[in-house]
Amino acid sequence: MAATLRRGERSIPPYSPIGSRILAFGGYQPDQVVTNDDLARRVDTNDEWIRSRVGIESRRVAGPEESVTDMATVAGGKALAASGLSPADIDLVVVATCSTILPMPSVAAVAASRLGIIAPGAYDLNAACAGFCYALAAVSDSLKAGSARNALVIGAEKMTDWLDWDDRSTCIIFADGAGAAVVAAVPDGVPADSAGPRGDERSRPPSTPGRFIGIGPVVWGSAGDQGNKIQVTSRTGAITQDGQGVFRWATSLHPVALQACERAGISPADLTAFIPHQANLRIIEALARKLGIPRERVADDIVHAGNTSSASVPLALSRMAEQGRLESGTPALLMGFGAGLSYAAQVITLP
Amino acid sequence: MTDQEILSGLAEIVEEIAGVPADEVTPEKSFVDDLDIDSLSMVEIAVAAQDKFGVEIPDEQLKDLKTVQDVVNFVSKGV
Repeated sequence: MAATLRRGERSIPPYSPIGSRILAFGGYQPDQVVTNDDLARRVDTNDEWIRSRVGIESRRVAGPEESVTDMATVAGGKALAASGLSPADIDLVVVATCSTILPMPSVAAVAASRLGIIAPGAYDLNAACAGFCYALAAVSDSLKAGSARNALVIGAEKMTDWLDWDDRSTCIIFADGAGAAVVAAVPDGVPADSAGPRGDERSRPPSTPGRFIGIGPVVWGSAGDQGNKIQVTSRTGAITQDGQGVFRWATSLHPVALQACERAGISPADLTAFIPHQANLRIIEALARKLGIPRERVADDIVHAGNTSSASVPLALSRMAEQGRLESGTPALLMGFGAGLSYAAQVITLP
Repeated sequence: MTDQEILSGLAEIVEEIAGVPADEVTPEKSFVDDLDIDSLSMVEIAVAAQDKFGVEIPDEQLKDLKTVQDVVNFVSKGV
Protein backbone atom coordinates (compact mmCIF):
# COMPACT_ATOMS: atom_id res chain seq x y z
CA MET A 1 0.00 0.00 0.00
CA ALA A 2 2.82 2.35 0.93
CA ALA A 3 4.48 1.66 -2.38
CA THR A 4 1.26 2.39 -4.24
CA LEU A 5 0.91 5.70 -2.45
CA ARG A 6 4.50 6.57 -3.16
CA ARG A 7 3.89 6.14 -6.86
CA GLY A 8 0.62 8.05 -6.67
CA GLU A 9 2.23 11.00 -4.94
CA ARG A 10 4.49 11.66 -7.88
CA SER A 11 3.36 14.41 -10.10
CA ILE A 12 3.50 13.22 -13.68
CA PRO A 13 2.91 16.03 -16.15
CA PRO A 14 0.98 15.08 -19.25
CA TYR A 15 3.03 14.54 -22.37
CA SER A 16 2.68 13.12 -25.86
CA PRO A 17 5.39 10.68 -26.75
CA ILE A 18 5.98 10.23 -30.43
CA GLY A 19 7.62 6.84 -30.34
CA SER A 20 9.57 4.33 -28.35
CA ARG A 21 13.04 2.90 -28.50
CA ILE A 22 15.23 0.29 -26.89
CA LEU A 23 18.02 1.60 -24.67
CA ALA A 24 19.85 -1.59 -23.69
CA PHE A 25 19.75 -5.37 -23.45
CA GLY A 26 20.71 -7.85 -20.75
CA GLY A 27 20.89 -11.62 -20.59
CA TYR A 28 21.33 -14.47 -18.16
CA GLN A 29 22.10 -18.16 -18.56
CA PRO A 30 22.34 -20.72 -15.78
CA ASP A 31 25.81 -22.18 -15.05
CA GLN A 32 25.12 -25.83 -15.80
CA VAL A 33 26.14 -26.81 -19.34
CA VAL A 34 24.54 -29.87 -20.91
CA THR A 35 26.35 -31.16 -24.00
CA ASN A 36 25.01 -33.36 -26.76
CA ASP A 37 27.22 -36.17 -25.48
CA ASP A 38 25.56 -35.82 -22.06
CA LEU A 39 22.17 -36.35 -23.72
CA ALA A 40 23.46 -39.24 -25.83
CA ARG A 41 24.26 -41.09 -22.63
CA ARG A 42 20.58 -40.96 -21.72
CA VAL A 43 18.63 -41.22 -24.98
CA ASP A 44 19.34 -42.72 -28.38
CA THR A 45 20.88 -39.71 -30.14
CA ASN A 46 24.33 -38.38 -30.98
CA ASP A 47 26.27 -35.17 -31.29
CA GLU A 48 26.48 -35.23 -35.09
CA TRP A 49 22.74 -35.77 -35.51
CA ILE A 50 21.81 -32.96 -33.11
CA ARG A 51 24.27 -30.52 -34.68
CA SER A 52 23.06 -31.26 -38.22
CA ARG A 53 19.31 -31.30 -37.51
CA VAL A 54 18.99 -28.65 -34.81
CA GLY A 55 22.31 -26.80 -34.75
CA ILE A 56 22.78 -27.00 -30.99
CA GLU A 57 26.19 -27.88 -29.54
CA SER A 58 25.37 -27.29 -25.90
CA ARG A 59 22.67 -25.73 -23.79
CA ARG A 60 22.23 -24.39 -20.24
CA VAL A 61 19.96 -25.86 -17.61
CA ALA A 62 18.80 -24.14 -14.42
CA GLY A 63 19.32 -25.79 -11.06
CA PRO A 64 16.40 -27.25 -9.09
CA GLU A 65 16.18 -24.14 -6.89
CA GLU A 66 16.55 -21.64 -9.72
CA SER A 67 13.19 -20.24 -10.83
CA VAL A 68 11.93 -18.31 -13.83
CA THR A 69 11.66 -15.29 -11.52
CA ASP A 70 15.30 -15.65 -10.42
CA MET A 71 16.49 -15.68 -14.01
CA ALA A 72 14.16 -12.85 -15.04
CA THR A 73 15.50 -10.73 -12.19
CA VAL A 74 19.16 -11.17 -13.15
CA ALA A 75 18.57 -10.47 -16.85
CA GLY A 76 16.36 -7.48 -16.02
CA GLY A 77 18.98 -6.10 -13.64
CA LYS A 78 21.67 -6.33 -16.30
CA ALA A 79 19.56 -4.55 -18.90
CA LEU A 80 18.69 -1.85 -16.37
CA ALA A 81 22.36 -1.34 -15.45
CA ALA A 82 23.34 -1.14 -19.13
CA SER A 83 20.58 1.39 -19.87
CA GLY A 84 21.87 4.00 -17.45
CA LEU A 85 18.38 4.35 -15.96
CA SER A 86 17.68 3.77 -12.28
CA PRO A 87 14.92 1.52 -10.89
CA ALA A 88 12.96 4.66 -10.05
CA ASP A 89 12.74 5.53 -13.75
CA ILE A 90 10.88 2.32 -14.64
CA ASP A 91 7.09 2.32 -14.42
CA LEU A 92 6.14 -0.78 -16.41
CA VAL A 93 7.51 -4.33 -16.24
CA VAL A 94 6.29 -7.08 -18.58
CA VAL A 95 7.60 -10.64 -18.54
CA ALA A 96 7.00 -13.02 -21.41
CA THR A 97 7.00 -16.61 -20.19
CA CYS A 98 5.23 -19.88 -20.88
CA SER A 99 7.05 -22.15 -18.45
CA THR A 100 6.22 -21.12 -14.89
CA ILE A 101 5.00 -24.01 -12.74
CA LEU A 102 3.00 -21.71 -10.48
CA PRO A 103 0.55 -19.27 -12.09
CA MET A 104 0.69 -16.67 -9.32
CA PRO A 105 2.06 -14.28 -8.28
CA SER A 106 3.27 -12.97 -11.62
CA VAL A 107 6.97 -13.16 -12.39
CA ALA A 108 6.89 -9.49 -13.40
CA ALA A 109 5.64 -8.10 -10.08
CA VAL A 110 8.11 -10.12 -7.99
CA ALA A 111 11.10 -9.52 -10.26
CA ALA A 112 10.34 -5.78 -10.33
CA SER A 113 10.19 -5.66 -6.57
CA ARG A 114 13.50 -7.50 -6.25
CA LEU A 115 15.09 -4.98 -8.62
CA GLY A 116 13.90 -2.10 -6.44
CA ILE A 117 11.37 -0.89 -8.98
CA ILE A 118 8.62 0.68 -6.91
CA ALA A 119 5.00 -0.09 -7.82
CA PRO A 120 5.31 -0.41 -11.59
CA GLY A 121 2.55 -1.74 -13.77
CA ALA A 122 3.54 -5.40 -13.91
CA TYR A 123 2.17 -8.43 -15.71
CA ASP A 124 3.18 -11.67 -17.41
CA LEU A 125 2.30 -12.50 -20.99
CA ASN A 126 2.19 -15.89 -22.69
CA ALA A 127 2.72 -16.12 -26.42
CA ALA A 128 5.22 -18.98 -26.00
CA CYS A 129 8.30 -18.59 -28.21
CA ALA A 130 6.85 -15.44 -29.79
CA GLY A 131 6.42 -13.95 -26.30
CA PHE A 132 9.24 -11.42 -26.30
CA CYS A 133 8.13 -9.85 -29.58
CA TYR A 134 4.53 -9.72 -28.32
CA ALA A 135 5.67 -8.13 -25.05
CA LEU A 136 7.86 -5.62 -26.86
CA ALA A 137 4.91 -4.64 -29.06
CA ALA A 138 2.52 -4.29 -26.10
CA VAL A 139 5.05 -2.26 -24.14
CA SER A 140 5.95 -0.06 -27.10
CA ASP A 141 2.27 0.74 -27.61
CA SER A 142 1.86 1.53 -23.90
CA LEU A 143 4.81 3.90 -24.07
CA LYS A 144 3.51 5.63 -27.20
CA ALA A 145 0.08 5.98 -25.63
CA GLY A 146 1.60 7.72 -22.63
CA SER A 147 0.66 4.91 -20.22
CA ALA A 148 4.29 4.54 -19.11
CA ARG A 149 7.62 6.31 -19.66
CA ASN A 150 10.25 3.62 -19.30
CA ALA A 151 9.68 -0.09 -19.29
CA LEU A 152 11.52 -3.30 -18.65
CA VAL A 153 10.62 -6.15 -21.00
CA ILE A 154 11.87 -9.61 -20.07
CA GLY A 155 11.66 -13.05 -21.64
CA ALA A 156 12.40 -15.76 -19.07
CA GLU A 157 11.96 -19.51 -19.29
CA LYS A 158 12.72 -22.68 -17.43
CA MET A 159 11.70 -25.00 -20.26
CA THR A 160 13.40 -27.95 -18.60
CA ASP A 161 10.61 -28.00 -16.00
CA TRP A 162 8.37 -29.15 -18.87
CA LEU A 163 10.73 -31.62 -20.52
CA ASP A 164 10.61 -35.37 -20.70
CA TRP A 165 14.33 -36.21 -20.58
CA ASP A 166 13.56 -39.53 -22.25
CA ASP A 167 11.88 -37.90 -25.27
CA ARG A 168 14.75 -37.48 -27.71
CA SER A 169 12.72 -35.27 -30.04
CA THR A 170 12.37 -32.52 -27.43
CA CYS A 171 15.04 -32.95 -24.72
CA ILE A 172 17.77 -32.08 -27.23
CA ILE A 173 16.12 -28.76 -28.12
CA PHE A 174 14.85 -26.84 -25.12
CA ALA A 175 16.85 -25.01 -22.46
CA ASP A 176 16.69 -22.34 -19.75
CA GLY A 177 17.61 -18.66 -19.62
CA ALA A 178 16.39 -15.07 -19.64
CA GLY A 179 16.88 -11.92 -21.68
CA ALA A 180 15.68 -8.38 -21.20
CA ALA A 181 15.44 -4.95 -22.79
CA VAL A 182 14.89 -1.50 -21.34
CA VAL A 183 12.48 0.46 -23.52
CA ALA A 184 11.82 4.19 -23.31
CA ALA A 185 9.21 6.51 -24.73
CA VAL A 186 10.64 9.04 -27.13
CA PRO A 187 9.10 12.19 -25.72
CA ASP A 188 7.66 15.07 -27.62
CA GLY A 189 10.39 17.48 -28.63
CA VAL A 190 12.93 14.86 -29.70
CA PRO A 191 13.17 15.24 -33.46
CA ALA A 192 11.65 12.32 -35.31
CA ASP A 193 14.78 11.92 -37.39
CA SER A 194 17.04 11.54 -34.37
CA ALA A 195 18.55 8.15 -33.75
CA GLY A 196 18.77 9.12 -30.10
CA PRO A 197 21.71 10.10 -27.96
CA ARG A 198 23.50 6.82 -28.64
CA GLY A 199 22.79 6.68 -32.36
CA ASP A 200 25.47 7.23 -34.95
CA GLU A 201 24.18 9.12 -37.95
CA ARG A 202 27.01 7.95 -40.17
CA SER A 203 26.35 4.28 -39.61
CA ARG A 204 22.85 4.32 -41.06
CA PRO A 205 22.29 2.45 -44.29
CA PRO A 206 21.87 4.89 -47.19
CA SER A 207 18.31 3.75 -47.91
CA THR A 208 17.09 4.97 -44.52
CA PRO A 209 18.53 8.47 -44.41
CA GLY A 210 17.51 10.13 -41.19
CA ARG A 211 14.57 7.82 -40.62
CA PHE A 212 14.02 6.91 -37.01
CA ILE A 213 12.14 3.66 -36.48
CA GLY A 214 12.58 3.10 -32.76
CA ILE A 215 10.27 0.15 -32.42
CA GLY A 216 8.38 -0.43 -35.64
CA PRO A 217 4.80 -1.67 -36.00
CA VAL A 218 4.44 -5.33 -35.06
CA VAL A 219 3.14 -7.93 -37.49
CA TRP A 220 1.59 -10.63 -35.38
CA GLY A 221 -0.84 -13.47 -35.66
CA SER A 222 -1.73 -16.97 -34.61
CA ALA A 223 -3.01 -20.31 -35.85
CA GLY A 224 -4.87 -21.92 -32.99
CA ASP A 225 -6.19 -24.62 -35.30
CA GLN A 226 -2.63 -25.98 -35.26
CA GLY A 227 -2.32 -25.64 -31.47
CA ASN A 228 -1.59 -29.33 -31.09
CA LYS A 229 1.68 -29.02 -33.00
CA ILE A 230 3.46 -27.86 -29.82
CA GLN A 231 1.68 -28.50 -26.55
CA VAL A 232 1.58 -29.62 -22.93
CA THR A 233 -1.57 -31.63 -22.30
CA SER A 234 -1.56 -32.02 -18.53
CA ARG A 235 -0.19 -30.36 -15.40
CA THR A 236 2.34 -33.10 -14.92
CA GLY A 237 3.00 -33.56 -18.62
CA ALA A 238 5.82 -32.52 -20.89
CA ILE A 239 6.16 -30.56 -24.12
CA THR A 240 5.35 -32.59 -27.20
CA GLN A 241 6.06 -31.34 -30.67
CA ASP A 242 5.34 -32.30 -34.27
CA GLY A 243 8.85 -31.35 -35.35
CA GLN A 244 8.34 -31.71 -39.07
CA GLY A 245 5.04 -29.84 -39.05
CA VAL A 246 6.48 -26.99 -37.01
CA PHE A 247 9.51 -26.85 -39.30
CA ARG A 248 7.28 -26.55 -42.35
CA TRP A 249 5.20 -23.81 -40.73
CA ALA A 250 8.12 -21.82 -39.32
CA THR A 251 10.20 -21.87 -42.51
CA SER A 252 7.18 -20.46 -44.37
CA LEU A 253 6.93 -17.37 -42.15
CA HIS A 254 9.19 -15.16 -44.27
CA PRO A 255 6.21 -13.11 -45.56
CA VAL A 256 5.63 -12.01 -41.94
CA ALA A 257 9.23 -10.76 -41.78
CA LEU A 258 8.86 -8.96 -45.09
CA GLN A 259 5.68 -7.30 -43.91
CA ALA A 260 7.38 -6.11 -40.71
CA CYS A 261 10.12 -4.51 -42.83
CA GLU A 262 7.54 -2.94 -45.11
CA ARG A 263 5.59 -1.48 -42.19
CA ALA A 264 8.82 0.00 -40.84
CA GLY A 265 9.53 1.51 -44.25
CA ILE A 266 12.71 -0.43 -45.00
CA SER A 267 13.77 -3.37 -47.13
CA PRO A 268 15.46 -6.53 -45.78
CA ALA A 269 18.69 -5.33 -47.44
CA ASP A 270 18.75 -2.44 -44.95
CA LEU A 271 18.87 -4.75 -41.94
CA THR A 272 22.19 -4.95 -40.15
CA ALA A 273 20.95 -7.79 -37.95
CA PHE A 274 18.22 -10.44 -38.04
CA ILE A 275 17.32 -12.00 -34.72
CA PRO A 276 14.73 -14.74 -35.20
CA HIS A 277 13.62 -16.95 -32.35
CA GLN A 278 16.40 -19.45 -31.73
CA ALA A 279 14.25 -22.52 -32.32
CA ASN A 280 16.41 -24.55 -34.67
CA LEU A 281 19.41 -23.40 -36.70
CA ARG A 282 17.90 -24.96 -39.80
CA ILE A 283 14.78 -22.80 -39.45
CA ILE A 284 16.95 -19.73 -38.87
CA GLU A 285 19.05 -20.46 -41.98
CA ALA A 286 15.99 -21.15 -44.12
CA LEU A 287 14.34 -17.86 -43.12
CA ALA A 288 17.58 -15.91 -43.64
CA ARG A 289 18.02 -17.45 -47.08
CA LYS A 290 14.47 -16.61 -48.11
CA LEU A 291 14.93 -13.03 -46.92
CA GLY A 292 18.33 -12.70 -48.57
CA ILE A 293 20.05 -11.74 -45.32
CA PRO A 294 23.75 -12.72 -45.21
CA ARG A 295 24.77 -15.24 -42.57
CA GLU A 296 27.01 -12.86 -40.60
CA ARG A 297 24.03 -10.62 -39.85
CA VAL A 298 21.93 -13.45 -38.46
CA ALA A 299 21.77 -14.45 -34.80
CA ASP A 300 22.98 -18.00 -34.14
CA ASP A 301 22.88 -17.97 -30.36
CA ILE A 302 21.08 -21.32 -30.38
CA VAL A 303 24.42 -23.10 -30.87
CA HIS A 304 25.35 -22.59 -27.22
CA ALA A 305 22.04 -21.54 -25.68
CA GLY A 306 19.55 -24.06 -27.05
CA ASN A 307 15.92 -23.10 -27.55
CA THR A 308 14.96 -20.88 -24.62
CA SER A 309 11.51 -19.96 -25.98
CA SER A 310 10.60 -16.34 -25.18
CA ALA A 311 14.10 -15.68 -23.77
CA SER A 312 15.91 -16.52 -26.99
CA VAL A 313 15.54 -13.23 -28.87
CA PRO A 314 16.67 -10.88 -26.06
CA LEU A 315 19.33 -13.38 -24.95
CA ALA A 316 20.76 -13.43 -28.47
CA LEU A 317 20.58 -9.63 -28.65
CA SER A 318 22.41 -9.21 -25.35
CA ARG A 319 25.18 -11.55 -26.46
CA MET A 320 25.50 -9.86 -29.86
CA ALA A 321 25.73 -6.50 -28.05
CA GLU A 322 28.52 -7.88 -25.83
CA GLN A 323 30.35 -9.17 -28.89
CA GLY A 324 30.06 -5.80 -30.62
CA ARG A 325 27.93 -7.30 -33.40
CA LEU A 326 25.14 -4.71 -33.12
CA GLU A 327 25.53 -1.47 -35.04
CA SER A 328 24.00 1.33 -33.03
CA GLY A 329 21.31 3.39 -34.77
CA THR A 330 20.69 0.85 -37.53
CA PRO A 331 17.61 -1.33 -38.13
CA ALA A 332 17.37 -4.95 -36.93
CA LEU A 333 14.51 -7.40 -37.42
CA LEU A 334 13.20 -9.41 -34.48
CA MET A 335 10.91 -12.36 -35.04
CA GLY A 336 9.29 -14.87 -32.69
CA PHE A 337 7.25 -17.97 -33.51
CA GLY A 338 6.13 -21.05 -31.64
CA ALA A 339 3.37 -22.67 -29.66
CA GLY A 340 -0.12 -21.32 -30.20
CA LEU A 341 0.79 -21.39 -32.91
CA SER A 342 1.73 -17.74 -32.69
CA TYR A 343 4.16 -15.37 -34.36
CA ALA A 344 5.26 -11.74 -34.19
CA ALA A 345 7.90 -9.64 -35.92
CA GLN A 346 9.03 -6.03 -35.73
CA VAL A 347 11.93 -3.86 -36.83
CA ILE A 348 13.82 -1.99 -34.12
CA THR A 349 16.50 0.65 -34.15
CA LEU A 350 19.48 -0.88 -32.34
CA PRO A 351 20.60 0.94 -29.19
CA MET B 1 3.86 -28.83 -67.77
CA THR B 2 6.08 -31.66 -69.05
CA ASP B 3 8.00 -34.02 -66.79
CA GLN B 4 11.19 -32.45 -68.15
CA GLU B 5 10.01 -29.01 -67.06
CA ILE B 6 9.10 -30.32 -63.63
CA LEU B 7 12.51 -32.00 -63.35
CA SER B 8 14.43 -28.85 -64.20
CA GLY B 9 12.26 -26.78 -61.84
CA LEU B 10 12.83 -29.32 -59.07
CA ALA B 11 16.58 -29.35 -59.75
CA GLU B 12 16.69 -25.57 -59.29
CA ILE B 13 14.88 -25.90 -55.97
CA VAL B 14 17.22 -28.65 -54.76
CA GLU B 15 20.24 -26.58 -55.71
CA GLU B 16 18.94 -23.53 -53.88
CA ILE B 17 17.90 -25.33 -50.72
CA ALA B 18 20.45 -28.11 -50.37
CA GLY B 19 23.37 -26.76 -52.39
CA VAL B 20 23.40 -29.79 -54.72
CA PRO B 21 24.36 -28.71 -58.28
CA ALA B 22 21.22 -28.84 -60.45
CA ASP B 23 22.82 -31.11 -63.07
CA GLU B 24 23.31 -33.81 -60.44
CA VAL B 25 19.57 -33.89 -59.74
CA THR B 26 18.67 -36.67 -62.18
CA PRO B 27 15.55 -38.88 -62.07
CA GLU B 28 17.09 -42.06 -60.66
CA LYS B 29 18.81 -40.31 -57.72
CA SER B 30 17.68 -41.03 -54.16
CA PHE B 31 17.41 -37.85 -52.10
CA VAL B 32 18.76 -39.42 -48.93
CA ASP B 33 21.32 -41.90 -50.27
CA ASP B 34 22.64 -40.14 -53.37
CA LEU B 35 22.07 -36.44 -52.79
CA ASP B 36 22.61 -36.46 -48.99
CA ILE B 37 19.37 -34.56 -48.37
CA ASP B 38 17.76 -35.10 -44.96
CA SER B 39 14.11 -35.02 -43.89
CA LEU B 40 14.16 -31.31 -42.94
CA SER B 41 15.53 -30.28 -46.33
CA MET B 42 12.87 -32.49 -47.93
CA VAL B 43 10.22 -30.46 -46.09
CA GLU B 44 11.72 -27.26 -47.45
CA ILE B 45 11.88 -28.72 -50.94
CA ALA B 46 8.22 -29.76 -50.66
CA VAL B 47 7.17 -26.24 -49.66
CA ALA B 48 9.21 -24.69 -52.47
CA ALA B 49 7.76 -27.21 -54.93
CA GLN B 50 4.27 -26.27 -53.79
CA ASP B 51 5.05 -22.58 -54.43
CA LYS B 52 6.52 -23.35 -57.85
CA PHE B 53 4.12 -26.00 -59.19
CA GLY B 54 0.99 -25.38 -57.12
CA VAL B 55 0.88 -28.99 -55.92
CA GLU B 56 0.79 -29.64 -52.20
CA ILE B 57 3.08 -32.38 -50.91
CA PRO B 58 1.91 -33.19 -47.35
CA ASP B 59 4.40 -34.31 -44.67
CA GLU B 60 2.90 -37.80 -44.49
CA GLN B 61 3.44 -38.20 -48.26
CA LEU B 62 7.07 -37.12 -48.14
CA LYS B 63 8.54 -40.31 -46.72
CA ASP B 64 7.27 -42.24 -49.77
CA LEU B 65 8.95 -39.90 -52.23
CA LYS B 66 12.42 -41.40 -52.21
CA THR B 67 13.80 -40.54 -55.64
CA VAL B 68 13.76 -37.45 -57.83
CA GLN B 69 11.48 -39.33 -60.25
CA ASP B 70 9.03 -40.02 -57.38
CA VAL B 71 8.61 -36.28 -56.81
CA VAL B 72 8.35 -35.56 -60.54
CA ASN B 73 5.60 -38.20 -60.82
CA PHE B 74 3.74 -36.85 -57.78
CA VAL B 75 3.83 -33.28 -59.08
CA SER B 76 2.98 -34.37 -62.60
CA LYS B 77 -0.18 -36.14 -61.38
CA GLY B 78 -1.25 -33.07 -59.39
CA VAL B 79 -0.61 -30.37 -61.99
